[in-house]
Amino acid sequence: MTERVQRWFSALGRPTIYALVHLHRLNRLGMETLRWIFIEPFKGRKIRWRSVIEQSVRVGWQSIPIVGIISFFVGLILAMQSAYQLKPFGATIYVANLVSVSLTRELGPLLTAIIITGRFGSAIAAEIGTMKVGEEIDALKTMGLNPVSFLVVPRFLALIIMLPALTLIADFLGILGAYLFSISALDISSIRFINQTINALVLRDIVTGLIKSGVFAVIIASIGAYEGFIVEGGAEGVGKSTTNSVVVSIFLIITADVVFTALFYSTL
Amino acid sequence: MEKEAIIQVRDLVTYYGNRQILKGVNLDIYRGEILVILGRSGCGKSTLLRHLIGLMKPSRGQILIKGRDITTMNEDEMREILKKIGMLFQGAALFNSMTVGENVALPLREHTQLEDSTIQIMTRIKLDLVGLAGFENFKPSQLSGGMKKRAGLARALAMDPEILFCDEPSAGLDPVVAMGIDQLILKLKNAFKMTIVVVTHELASVFTIADRIAMLHEGEIIFQGTAEEIQNSKHPIVQQFLNREADDVEPDREKYLHSLVKS
Ligand SMILES: Nc1ncnc2c1ncn2[C@@H]1O[C@H](COP(=O)(O)OP(=O)(O)O)[C@@H](O)[C@H]1O
Ligand SMILES: [Mg+2]
Repeated sequence: MTERVQRWFSALGRPTIYALVHLHRLNRLGMETLRWIFIEPFKGRKIRWRSVIEQSVRVGWQSIPIVGIISFFVGLILAMQSAYQLKPFGATIYVANLVSVSLTRELGPLLTAIIITGRFGSAIAAEIGTMKVGEEIDALKTMGLNPVSFLVVPRFLALIIMLPALTLIADFLGILGAYLFSISALDISSIRFINQTINALVLRDIVTGLIKSGVFAVIIASIGAYEGFIVEGGAEGVGKSTTNSVVVSIFLIITADVVFTALFYSTL
Repeated sequence: MEKEAIIQVRDLVTYYGNRQILKGVNLDIYRGEILVILGRSGCGKSTLLRHLIGLMKPSRGQILIKGRDITTMNEDEMREILKKIGMLFQGAALFNSMTVGENVALPLREHTQLEDSTIQIMTRIKLDLVGLAGFENFKPSQLSGGMKKRAGLARALAMDPEILFCDEPSAGLDPVVAMGIDQLILKLKNAFKMTIVVVTHELASVFTIADRIAMLHEGEIIFQGTAEEIQNSKHPIVQQFLNREADDVEPDREKYLHSLVKS
């Protein structure tokens, strides 16, 4: 009996300890990142803005096409699906409300975050992981260069700035999809759709969406960097960590989304 | 003339998990000498080097560099020390996303206020020194193993260090290229009065470059002395190492010569 209890506890205990260790180290990496953003610059160790811009171009500019096309399609799909349900009531004009609100509050930030996890979060893990395996991280340290300041901070800042920006583009192009569908297939005039959208959307919808996307940016950057730094054992390890970074990021993004949506919902 | 110990290792003990890797290492390294740390692979040579350059903190013991203990230093103090130390990694550890020139220039860009044009000139001088003139714009992936090591060396030399650590500089290279690297190390010592610590398990290069040899065995220093002294050492493990390695090296040489003749 006691043995079974013991086994049960150890089965429960090991993953818990694992999770706690990871959480502790992740927290340390987060603190270190914040220190290099908010404290060290005042001690004369500047943020590498050139690097921030390079990374911003990668994560932001170069992601516009894919984010744009996907959100345009999703807007189109949402419009068709809501029109299907609204038609029997003769209420197809409410497509504008449904699409614009669910995009700005929910799907814009979420879709963008998931695309960027695949495009950039995984790249962060793979790059830092490869550098770890090739002793490049150690080489940085022996030159007196801090890997967090050198590698993590630029990617972190680029994400924090670019993910909300991409989210706005996604919101806009999603609504554009719904707009094109509505004026061509639903006999809704252009001006009516636009008016309806403007009346339906309040600033709060967009802002809550952007707050979410800021949180998602933190998740993508931290998990990507963390998975990169814990890589062990060559190319295989890099592959494993890269995959992990995507799975864990998406899981945490959705979890955070639930929490924030509930929060915004209850304080509405 | 009194010899000045620029690096002093005192009772250094370290663990990986529960396994004790270094078991109380004591070692003095004198200014301007080439010290070779010799030992079988897996005996803890790289681990010792990683401690000397501050990548790892020991469980116990001290490492004094110019009299100051680096094991208790904070990041800012350590950064100043590191500016005067260069390290050549076993796999060269070049930044693969940068060109060779950018690799060498990086420490200068980060630690000095020099003009871009000056940095470029200095980079070229360092590459010239290691025989890689004209390779600035190559990516590390376009270089051979020996050239990578040379580029790694150029980067280690960028800040004109007083101390240079080399982890198995000639491992994995053919004997001719390896000899070239050894010559380079000798040149650095003679021309720049650098203190150089070389880790290796290859006897061929040991006797070419070493002023002094320290032999590490299972985490302990079992021998310290000159090349002559090590050959006269009665220590059974030292003897065994010298003979075994000699046996290992010869067939390689033969094979290499054969391949030269054939081609
Ligand atoms: N990251 C690590 N984790 C656990 N054990 C390690 C690690 N790195 C090295 N070791 C072990 O420590 C011992 C010494 O390694 P190392 O210093 O690399 O040896 P050497 O450079 O002399 O070949 C080896 O037995 C190796 O297995
Ligand atoms: Mg080694």
